[in-house]
Amino acid sequence: MKRCRQMVDIGRRQFLKGAGVAAAGAAAATVIPREAKARAGGARLDYPAKKLGNIRNLKVNQPREVSYPDADAPGVLLKLGKRVEGGVGPDGDIVGFTTVCPHKGFPLSYNAKDRTFNCPGHYSRFDPEAGGQQVWGHATQNLPQYVLRVDKKGDIWAEGVDELLYGRLSNVL
Amino acid sequence: MAYKRQIDRLPIPPKGAKRFNVTCHYCIVGCGYHAYTWPVNKQGSAKSNAFGADLSRQQEAETANWYSPSMYNIVKQNGEDVHLVIKPDKNCVVNSGLDSVRGGRMGENRFSVVTQTQQQRLTDPLVWRYGSWQATSWDDALDLVARVTAKIIVDKGEDELIVSMFDHGGSAGGYENTWGTGKLYFESMKIKNCRIHNRPAYNSEVHATRDMGVGELNNAYEDAELADTIVAVGTNPLETQTNYFLNHWVPNMRGTSIAKKKKLLPGEPHAPAKVVIIDPRRTVTVNACQVEAGKENVLHLALESGTDLALFNAIFTYIAEKGWVDKDFIEKHTLRKAAARPPLYPSRGVSDANPGHLTSFEGAVEGCKMSIEEAAKITGLDPKDIIKAAEWIAKPKAGGKRRRTMIGYEKGIIWGNDNYRTNGALVNIALATGNIGRPGGGCVRLGGHQEGYVRPSDAHVGRPAPYVDQLLISGKGGVHHVWACDHYKTTLNATKFKQVYNKRTNMVKEAMDAAAGGTRQDLVNAIVAAINAGGLFAVHVDIIHSKIGQAAHVILPAAEAGEMNLTSMNGERRMRLTERYMDPPGQARPDCLIAAGIAQNMERVLREMGKPKYADLFKGYDWTTEEDAFMDGYHKHAHGGKHVTYDRLRAMGTNGFQEPAQGVKDGKIVGTERLYTDGTFSTENGRAKFMDAPWRGLQAPGKQAQRARFDFLINNGRSNLNWQNWFLDQDNDFVSDRWPYPFIEMNPGDMRKLGIKAGDLVEVYNDVGATQAMAYPTPTARKGETFMLFASPQGPQGNVVNAGVNELVLPNYKQTWANIRKLADAPGSVRHLSFKSKEYTA
Repeated sequence: MKRCRQMVDIGRRQFLKGAGVAAAGAAAATVIPREAKARAGGARLDYPAKKLGNIRNLKVNQPREVSYPDADAPGVLLKLGKRVEGGVGPDGDIVGFTTVCPHKGFPLSYNAKDRTFNCPGHYSRFDPEAGGQQVWGHATQNLPQYVLRVDKKGDIWAEGVDELLYGRLSNVL
Repeated sequence: MAYKRQIDRLPIPPKGAKRFNVTCHYCIVGCGYHAYTWPVNKQGSAKSNAFGADLSRQQEAETANWYSPSMYNIVKQNGEDVHLVIKPDKNCVVNSGLDSVRGGRMGENRFSVVTQTQQQRLTDPLVWRYGSWQATSWDDALDLVARVTAKIIVDKGEDELIVSMFDHGGSAGGYENTWGTGKLYFESMKIKNCRIHNRPAYNSEVHATRDMGVGELNNAYEDAELADTIVAVGTNPLETQTNYFLNHWVPNMRGTSIAKKKKLLPGEPHAPAKVVIIDPRRTVTVNACQVEAGKENVLHLALESGTDLALFNAIFTYIAEKGWVDKDFIEKHTLRKAAARPPLYPSRGVSDANPGHLTSFEGAVEGCKMSIEEAAKITGLDPKDIIKAAEWIAKPKAGGKRRRTMIGYEKGIIWGNDNYRTNGALVNIALATGNIGRPGGGCVRLGGHQEGYVRPSDAHVGRPAPYVDQLLISGKGGVHHVWACDHYKTTLNATKFKQVYNKRTNMVKEAMDAAAGGTRQDLVNAIVAAINAGGLFAVHVDIIHSKIGQAAHVILPAAEAGEMNLTSMNGERRMRLTERYMDPPGQARPDCLIAAGIAQNMERVLREMGKPKYADLFKGYDWTTEEDAFMDGYHKHAHGGKHVTYDRLRAMGTNGFQEPAQGVKDGKIVGTERLYTDGTFSTENGRAKFMDAPWRGLQAPGKQAQRARFDFLINNGRSNLNWQNWFLDQDNDFVSDRWPYPFIEMNPGDMRKLGIKAGDLVEVYNDVGATQAMAYPTPTARKGETFMLFASPQGPQGNVVNAGVNELVLPNYKQTWANIRKLADAPGSVRHLSFKSKEYTA
C-alpha cells in the first residue's frame, strides 16, 4: 500500500511538471505542447456521474424512469428484490438499464409479471435479472446496463454504460 | 453476466467513404446492406460524415444514421487496413433497412487480424503431414489431390470418387461457385455418387411440386402484403425468414397494406390478413401473429407430428365438396385427361422415382379423399378448426370474389413424413383454388439459404439418386471431395456416419504418417494402398476447419461473399451482386477458382499418366477471376443469363431484379415478378398436374417402431440466433454466450419427473445414437414433445435421427423419438443465462 501511495505521488508530481513547467530543455519545449494537443480525447469516454435517485424511493419490481447520460437517453432504475450480478445497494438488487431497444430504437416496456423488457417494434425481449441478456430478439447487443454506485446517503449514481446506446456513435454526445 | 462489448463509441465514416452493394449472405431472404470502407487513419466528424447527418444529436428510431458495434470491423482491402461498416439499406425493397440478429453481425464476423475476429478462418491449404495439418502452397496441395484422385478414377472408375457439394447461394456459394464445382464434376467428370450439403443424396427437396409443373419459388414477397389469408406450414418465419416476415407479412396483419391492396387489386373487398399456422409447436411466430392480427384472425393448427398429409387431404376434400375451387383455371391450365393409377398404388407409385400419382383435379379428389372426422382423429385436431382452415383458405369473399391465399412451407414438411405426397397434397390446394401465378397467392418454399444454382445437367445421377451416406458407411468410395458440407453437424444417422468416417479416414492418415520422408510417389502409393484396404482419402474445401474437416487429409481454404464478387438469388428469385469489399484471408480463393485449380492439376497429372483424352476433358478452366466463371456459367447457361453481367447487376444495387431475366431496357435488366402469370406451367404441355396422394401413416422405415419405444418426440429446427450462420457464429461471442449448447425445449412437468432443472445438460438417446442439449423449460411445450436446436457443433441433433428416408432419399429429421436423462447440472457457461419465455408480451 505504501508503495502504491508513492506511485500516486510521483504521478501527481509528474503531471504538475508536465502541465505547468516547460523547463526540461529546448527540444522538449517544442515537442511537449504538440503532444498535449494530440491528447485531446482519452482512450475511453469520460462519463458524467449523475444522480438517478435514492434507494428509499425504489420499490421492488417497480421501474423508476430516469435518463442517462443525458436527457435524450431514457432508462430505468429497477429494484429486483433479489441479488443479481451487477446489482448495487445494500441488497445488491438495484440495476439500471436504457429503455431504448438496441435493435431499432423503439421504447421498451416493462412486464412486471416475468420481469422482462419488451419491444413493440419487432418483439425482442431482455432480462434485467440476467444482465439485460436478450431472451429472444433481433438486437445484436444485450441491453446496455448502467454502471451504478450507491453513496452513504443512499443516493444512486450512474457512472457509465456497458454497451453502445442506440442512435448515437458516442454514448456521451 | 450477459456478454457485453464495453464499447462506448465508434468511428464515424467520413464523407467519401467507399460504398459497396452487399446482400446478406446468410439466409434465403437476402436483405440489402451496404459496406462502407475508409482508410484506417481517417475519420468523419459529428458534423461532416458519410451519412450527411448531425451525429452530435440522438438519432431517432429506425435511423439510417447509426450502426451497431456488431456492424464494425477493421479488415484488409487490397492489402491495406481499412475501417469497415456493414449496415442495412433502407432502400432495399426486401428489408427496408431492417437488420436481423444475423445480418446485423456481418461486420464483426469478418476475418480480421487487427481485431482478432474469425480467427477460425482457413488461411492456407493444409496437408496432413508429420501427424498433423501443415500449411503449404496451392501447388503442393492441389498436386496431391490430383494425383490421388486421378489414380483412383483411372484404376477404379469415377464412381469411386464421392462428392459432397453445396448447391446454394450466399456465403461461399453463389452462381460462380456452383458453376465451378458443377463443371468439374458434371462436365469434366460424370460423378454419380454425389450429395448436397444438407441431405444424403443429389436430389430436390421438393420433387413433387416440380413434377406437378409448379416451381417452388413462384411468387413475390409482395404477395404476403396482398393475400387475404397466409398459410404457414412447417415454418417459423419470424425466426427464419425474419425480415420477410417483419417487412411483408406484418403490414398485412396490421392492416397497413390495405391501401396497396385496394390500389393493386380493385373491385373486391379487402381486410387485414388472416393467418393459418400448421405446426405441432407453438412458436414465436404464432405469438407475433396473434399480437399483430388479433387471436381471432390466427388459427394455429397444432397437429400431431407428421400428420400434415391427412390434414391437407381433408382440407382439399372439403374445399372440393363445397365447390370453392377455380373451375375456369382448372379447365384451362391443368391436366384434364389423367392416366389410371399404377397397379400397386397407393402402396407404391409407378416406380420408386415417382412415388406419387400425377393426375387431374378429379383424380386427386378421388385419390386424396379424407373426411374431416377421419383427419381429426389422425391429426388430433378439432374438426371445427379443420373446417375453419378450409374456409379461411378457400371460402369466397363477399360478392363471390375468389380468396387470395398464399401458402408458404418449409422443413416441417420437407424434412418430415412422406415428403413427396405431402408436398403434392399441399400444392393440390393451391392449384384447386387458383392461387398460383396471381397477386396475393403462391405456393412456395420459404427456403433456407439463398439460391445460386447453375450447373451442367445432373441427369446422369439418376432418380432416385444414390444414398451417398450409406455408400460411405458401407465402405464404398475411395476418395471423398467435400465442398463446404459438414455432415458431422447436419446429416442424419450421424452417430454411425461419424464412427465409420473417422475409422476410414484414420486408415489413410496412418498410411500417410508411415510414408513420412518418402517421395511424392511413395506417398501416393501409400494412400492408394490404404484406400484399397478400405480407407478413404478426404479433401475438404471450406472457409473454416469444420467438424468433418477434422477427418480430412487435404484442406483447401475458400473465400466467401464480400471477399469475392458473388451473385445469388433470394426467395422471390431476386438476384443481386455482393461486391468484393475486402481481401480473403491469407491464400484463400473463391471456390470456382479452386475447382479450376483442381481441374488444371487433373489435366496435367492425367497427361503424365498417359491419358491424353481423359486429360482433355479437364480443359476450359482458364478463369482468372470469379467474373470469368460467372460469364462461363450463368451468363452462358442460365435461363435469361445472357442479359446479366456484373456491370448491370452493380448498377441495379441491392434491389437487383427477379429471375428469370427477360431482357434489358434503358440499361436495366427486366425481371419476372411472379411465375406462371399466363397459366403456362413447367410441364411438357404447360398444364399443371394434381397429385393423387393418399395418407399412409409414418412412411420412413423405423419411425413407427421408434415412436412406440421412446418417450419423447425430438422435434427439431433452427432458432433466430442460429440460422444459416452457425459456421461463423461458433466463433462469435454474442451468439456463443446465449446458446453455449443447443437448447431443448421441454414441458416443465416432464422436467420435474426426470429431475431436470433449467439449464441442466441432458442426454438425448435412442436406438441409433445419442447427443446432448441444455434443458429450456417451456410451458407451451406439450407433454412428451420437445424441440431441439438443430445442427449445433455442441450437440448435433442428427446423431439421434435414424437412417430412414423416403423413396427419393429425402431424410426425415422431424419424426424422431428418444429418451432423455440428465447428464450434469448446468455447466459454468450456462449458469448466467436467462430461461424466460421467448414470447413477446405487450
